[in-house]
Amino acid sequence: MTQSRSRRIDLDLSRRHLLAISGAALASGVAAPSRAAAAKVATKAHIVIAGAGAAGLTVANHLVARLDGARLTLLDARKEHYYQPGYTLVAAGLKSAGYPVSTTRQWVPPGVEWIEEAVAELDPQANRVVTSTGKSLGYDVLVVATGLDLDYAAIEGMTTDLIGRDGIGSVYAGPEGARRTWEEMSRFTDKGGAGLFQRPATEMKCAGAPLKYAFITDDYARRKGTRQKVKLTYAAHAGALFSVPIVSEKVRMLYAERGIDVVYSHVLKAIDPGRRIATFETPKGQAQIGYDFINVVPPMRAAAAVRKSPLAWQSGPLAADGWVEVDKTTLRHIRFANVFAVGDVAGVPKGKTAASVKWQAPVAVEHIVADLSGRKSGATYNGYTSCPLITRIGRAMLVEFDYDNNLTPSFPGIIAPLEELWVTWLMKEIALKPTYLAMLRGRA
Amino acid sequence: MKELTFSTLVAVFEEMFGRWLFWALLALALAVALAFVLVLVRERRLQARRLILAELIGIAGGLAAVWLVQTVTSSRLTDVGGPIDAVAIMGIWITGAFVALIASYAAFGLISRG
Repeated sequence: MTQSRSRRIDLDLSRRHLLAISGAALASGVAAPSRAAAAKVATKAHIVIAGAGAAGLTVANHLVARLDGARLTLLDARKEHYYQPGYTLVAAGLKSAGYPVSTTRQWVPPGVEWIEEAVAELDPQANRVVTSTGKSLGYDVLVVATGLDLDYAAIEGMTTDLIGRDGIGSVYAGPEGARRTWEEMSRFTDKGGAGLFQRPATEMKCAGAPLKYAFITDDYARRKGTRQKVKLTYAAHAGALFSVPIVSEKVRMLYAERGIDVVYSHVLKAIDPGRRIATFETPKGQAQIGYDFINVVPPMRAAAAVRKSPLAWQSGPLAADGWVEVDKTTLRHIRFANVFAVGDVAGVPKGKTAASVKWQAPVAVEHIVADLSGRKSGATYNGYTSCPLITRIGRAMLVEFDYDNNLTPSFPGIIAPLEELWVTWLMKEIALKPTYLAMLRGRA
Repeated sequence: MKELTFSTLVAVFEEMFGRWLFWALLALALAVALAFVLVLVRERRLQARRLILAELIGIAGGLAAVWLVQTVTSSRLTDVGGPIDAVAIMGIWITGAFVALIASYAAFGLISRG
């Protein structure tokens, strides 16, 4: 029923826009997205982009460049825009809390309506979105880019106001949270004690970030001459340190070399800030580990409005946390053909990073433009994502991979993917943010 | 970064320096190159003494370029980890040295002709 309704809407759209675009030049049916080569498609379609983070803004800018006459609406209540890959540098004490912050407004392209309200309800059967003030918006095409929720409440005893005291840090908790994490980590590496690092069992954004922070903490302790007084432990949620086996092995070897202990199959369930004890669920039951400093990485789930909507996966491993049920190669919804998901909220096996957005957005846009011009697109996303995995201040490994755990180096033979390099650090420090900002504008 | 086109590079550099500063720096580089050519054409030869002085300034310019990049990126020479890092450091030094050499030779040439 739902499927046939969606298909009908899709066909109606195609017919309507085929008429509308008569005489307009169309992009050739190329498989790879190529914005520069494509002519603008004339259309009166209303495209709603739910979420104005990295994914929503990138999609909006690509669509503006590809469509002529479309009504584009962005929905997001947040006025600040956060360059999230910068949080690690803030938490490393290298950048101020202002470094990742800009405004959403400055990235909204001209001609796009931005409604400064959150998405409260998604009704794909009726092709409607309801905002937090009850405003109802119809759409022809919906792009879900609402991001994810950090579920700190799922860890018993943990609240965000603990970050920055009692030895508790959390790099993910926004620019200010990252700054407070740095202060706490700095105090810890001055004095010494037990440092604890972990990641959740859920899907998560930038799965390399918790690993990096253990490396960075180790490096600071060495620089301060306190490494002998510091014991570092990384609690992996499963049987590996990273989902890509070859990367996991490399990190395991580096951790062994740096003296960072690893425990496996430990999922954080509770912390006791007063006693500084973390409680983990393990296959053998509960285990407690004491800490003087902990970097809390909470479970991550799709944004609430998506989680409770019909757009979420109904079964399988991505259903529990409500990720959008999309085809992993086209990012088109499996059951609602006029709905796409891009960025963290997309229910795909890998890739909750800015690099994923960079490669997902053109694919989704290519399919939307093809639909509106009555043709089919063969554009596909192979799961590419990348992570400059910092191994100490001044060095990083450029880790790039796809859905199949293949390493996909951008510079084969020049920048080895599993080598700790200064040039990779250089990229992270000075090139990544400008590349990200160019991506938001649809130019990279 | 699976695809690196010229337009992508321009977009990234515009974000890195700011649109106006990036193009102003390019214009400045072009002006320095033109001034160097102008001096060469006027004199129809390389002045040996001026070239040696410019080369000494070039050596310092290369060192300054390496120092600048390492300072901006909170890193140290000991962070050089692989062959590509050594190539990058040399590239930065050569670029800094070349720019300083050309700029100083052109400046001395223009002053002496002025």
